Amino acid sequence: MTATTQRRSYGEAIRDAFAYLLASRPDVFVMGQGLWSPWYVGNSMTDLEVEFGKDRVIDVPVSEVATTGAGIGAALAGYRPIVVHPRVDFMLLAVDQVVTQAAKWRSMFGGGSGVPMVIRAIINRGGEQGAQHSQSLHSWFAHIPGLHVLMPATPQDARDMLIAATLADDPVLYMDDRWCYELEDDLPPVGDVSIQDIKPIRRREGTDVTLVGCGHSTQLNLEAADLLAGVGVSADVIDLRALNPLQPSIVCDSVAATGRLLVVDGDWRSCGLAAEIIAGVAEHGVMQKGNVRCARLTHPDAPAPTSRVLEERFYFTARDIVREALALVRA
Amino acid sequence: MTDDLGPLADSGRFHEPLALDATDVASVRQALRLMLRIRRAEERIADNVATGVIRCPCHLAIGQEAAAVGVAQHLRPSDRAFGAHRSHAHFLAMGGSLDGLFAEVLGRDTGVSRGMGGSMHLAARDIGFYGSVPIVGATIPIAVGAALAAHMDGRGDIAVSFFGDGAVEEGSFHESMNMAASMQLPILFVCENNFFASHMHISLRQPSNRVARFAEAHGIEHATVDGNDVIAVRRALEKPVSQWRQRHGGPFFLEAVTYRWRGHVGHRDDLDVGVARKDDLAAWQGRDPIQRLSDALVGAGHLAATDRDRVDAEIRAEVDSAWNAALLAPFPAEGELLARVWAP
Repeated sequence: MTATTQRRSYGEAIRDAFAYLLASRPDVFVMGQGLWSPWYVGNSMTDLEVEFGKDRVIDVPVSEVATTGAGIGAALAGYRPIVVHPRVDFMLLAVDQVVTQAAKWRSMFGGGSGVPMVIRAIINRGGEQGAQHSQSLHSWFAHIPGLHVLMPATPQDARDMLIAATLADDPVLYMDDRWCYELEDDLPPVGDVSIQDIKPIRRREGTDVTLVGCGHSTQLNLEAADLLAGVGVSADVIDLRALNPLQPSIVCDSVAATGRLLVVDGDWRSCGLAAEIIAGVAEHGVMQKGNVRCARLTHPDAPAPTSRVLEERFYFTARDIVREALALVRA
Repeated sequence: MTDDLGPLADSGRFHEPLALDATDVASVRQALRLMLRIRRAEERIADNVATGVIRCPCHLAIGQEAAAVGVAQHLRPSDRAFGAHRSHAHFLAMGGSLDGLFAEVLGRDTGVSRGMGGSMHLAARDIGFYGSVPIVGATIPIAVGAALAAHMDGRGDIAVSFFGDGAVEEGSFHESMNMAASMQLPILFVCENNFFASHMHISLRQPSNRVARFAEAHGIEHATVDGNDVIAVRRALEKPVSQWRQRHGGPFFLEAVTYRWRGHVGHRDDLDVGVARKDDLAAWQGRDPIQRLSDALVGAGHLAATDRDRVDAEIRAEVDSAWNAALLAPFPAEGELLARVWAP
């Protein structure tokens, strides 16, 4: 750690972003269920209401639709609200407000009614929580024109993407993952970030196989890349970061070089993000160069189980990624 | 049933000229002009829906003009109002332009939503009309957020949410009422109870036809008025609006009992699709909000019968001119399809 960096966990980095935004932007406020009892959201919002006041960090009734809609109304009226849904599954009650209202008002009203709001939805799964406390559904939301979808994989991205999302002039769905909260990194000083700069990046260079993912899957891909290196396979790891609008050119470039693509996605397979990435690569023409092999590793198409035995089958690990990658490389 | 609207729901009642009391005559004459403007504009739209010149779905508020105008006369441009599928009247009552409305329903680039919205998606931020959408109940929570913003701004502005009796059956309505009451936000909920949600009469949808009972459940002050009496609508709002302007007071709920003369959507009256309301419709047309007001003004000597005809002729000319201009306006350029999805 140098004098200018600070050691931060992913959860603490999110709190740093909130603190930075609330201190530097009088038009920012936060609302959501459980914000005055922040164990709902791990260590990512601890004591924000003490530091910035309960009129800017607002706990709300058990009303996902009203809370999300109120975020839209406040955004239309000059604020930059961050609406927090401590779990994706509950946010689904407010899908009309996210998909049919926030994402459409700019286009539908001819450009003059942009909705600069953030919808923060936390992915929280595992631990035998079962089918209704486990969903991510980022592919669903990435399908919607007008709705940015960001998924941070690292502590710095967790902080910087929340800032970029809040400063953006369109609605942003920001999805952080509780499985990442203990990750630590040395972070540079906090500052403004533009959503234009949130693009897919290469997390690790390699030549034999391209591993693509987002959010927690990127962490598993990096872990798998280490294991693959141990058996002499060099993996190129691409972190998508921004799922909508999707900019897959870096993936295409990587696959053009490696000839093998494994998309790893912590969501269902059918009509999902992994299929979209492979389709994008196919359309790009990389496949026509011959001998390109593609595969995807996702959750099986079943609701998340509770029993730990079945959970081990449901959630993939770095070892599963290694197995799939080796199958591609050795085929 | 004891908890119902009683005489207010009786289509045979309230046909006489309005009681003017000590009402400010100038603003009542202005109300008449606004209501006539809405009536003539919507008649023009209906005629052109019938011929197919207008293609987008149009939900007309002919017969319901008084609620929109009575509310709008309390508003200022820094307020923020939200509507629903049947919102031409709200837009025009707040001072929206005929040119912008006609061009919008014709899908032209000069429309208020640049030809991207049509009849069901109108917005004009400069007059405080923030947006109308056809998803039932969808703008109610959005209006609550605009009220929260007004509360934070502390300048005495308010939010207004217009919706119908169908919307009170949505969860978004109850979540929004509860949130507005618990946060004590400066918001006016206006339910235009016209007894129909599409083809379904309220008696088939709710155990009572008095929608304001939900305001009581949520601890919100409320009034139920003859929604075809613009003076009654205005009077019911005097106290809450004056409190809001002084930065006091929480939500208020107004139930305006009214009736739409046309069908749920389009130019017809829905008798053609089997909605049994022939006698009721004829009776409600006798409770005409415009006729009752103009008769009152003429009867009290505040308006000469010739002036009434002159105002109508002026409005018809205005409608002609705006309609003809809209027909000549350009369509959106092809590139606009993608250009407005994201912020520039």
